[in-house]
Amino acid sequence: MLHDVVIRFLIGGVIVSAFAILGNLFKPKMFAGLFGAAPSVAIATLALTVAKNGRSYASMEARSMLAGAIALCFYSICVAFLLLRYRLPALTATLSSTAAWFCAAFGLWFVFLR
Amino acid sequence: MIVRFDSSTLRETRWYEYALRFVFGGVITAAAGLIAQKFGPGIGGLFLAFPAIFPATATLIEKHEKEKKERKGLDGSRRGRDAAALEAAGAAMGSLGLVLFAVLVWRLFPHHATGLVLTGATVAWLAASGGIWSVRRKL
Repeated sequence: MLHDVVIRFLIGGVIVSAFAILGNLFKPKMFAGLFGAAPSVAIATLALTVAKNGRSYASMEARSMLAGAIALCFYSICVAFLLLRYRLPALTATLSSTAAWFCAAFGLWFVFLR
Repeated sequence: MIVRFDSSTLRETRWYEYALRFVFGGVITAAAGLIAQKFGPGIGGLFLAFPAIFPATATLIEKHEKEKKERKGLDGSRRGRDAAALEAAGAAMGSLGLVLFAVLVWRLFPHHATGLVLTGATVAWLAASGGIWSVRRKL
């Protein structure tokens, strides 16, 4: 159990960092922003899930990820809106928008995927 | 404006900023696994698209842009927030590509090799996100 968590932590950290560094290398900023929604956590998690639980199980996770990805789009729009309209600091805008992600992700999952 | 490489941002980034991303990335990946174990793949899968490192990334971008302006004796608060908002707009486009990634993995995983599906879906994510960005730029 602990071994599994440590492996996930290390692989997740490496892949997420790699995508973040890649995003840092690009200009203009809006293009670099694409990497803010890179499938880094998904790649790390799905590869490990296939190894442990099989492909069908991982496929079910990917199905739910659909709702998470749409929620991420909603979240990003909320962040941009709060930054541009209300001039909130980035940390405040991003953390407060997390509530929007949870509502959208769980709402979509409950209505369409449950 | 075309896409270009700029390695200067790597020099501007401090070691603890890389460490922060590593830790956030590691924590959310480990958490996604634990959530899936506890509540099943339906709930666990949602967290594969959780904005885990976005708050850190946006805050660091705001900070860097602000510092650049302040070195010139100007108040960089507005510039910093605008830069973070641009990053968020980019992430919104990238998340549409992430929808395609999820559909491909969901449909192809049961029948094809893991590495092939993940590589193909990642290429599709980049192509779709870049395509949306390119169309948006021309509007």
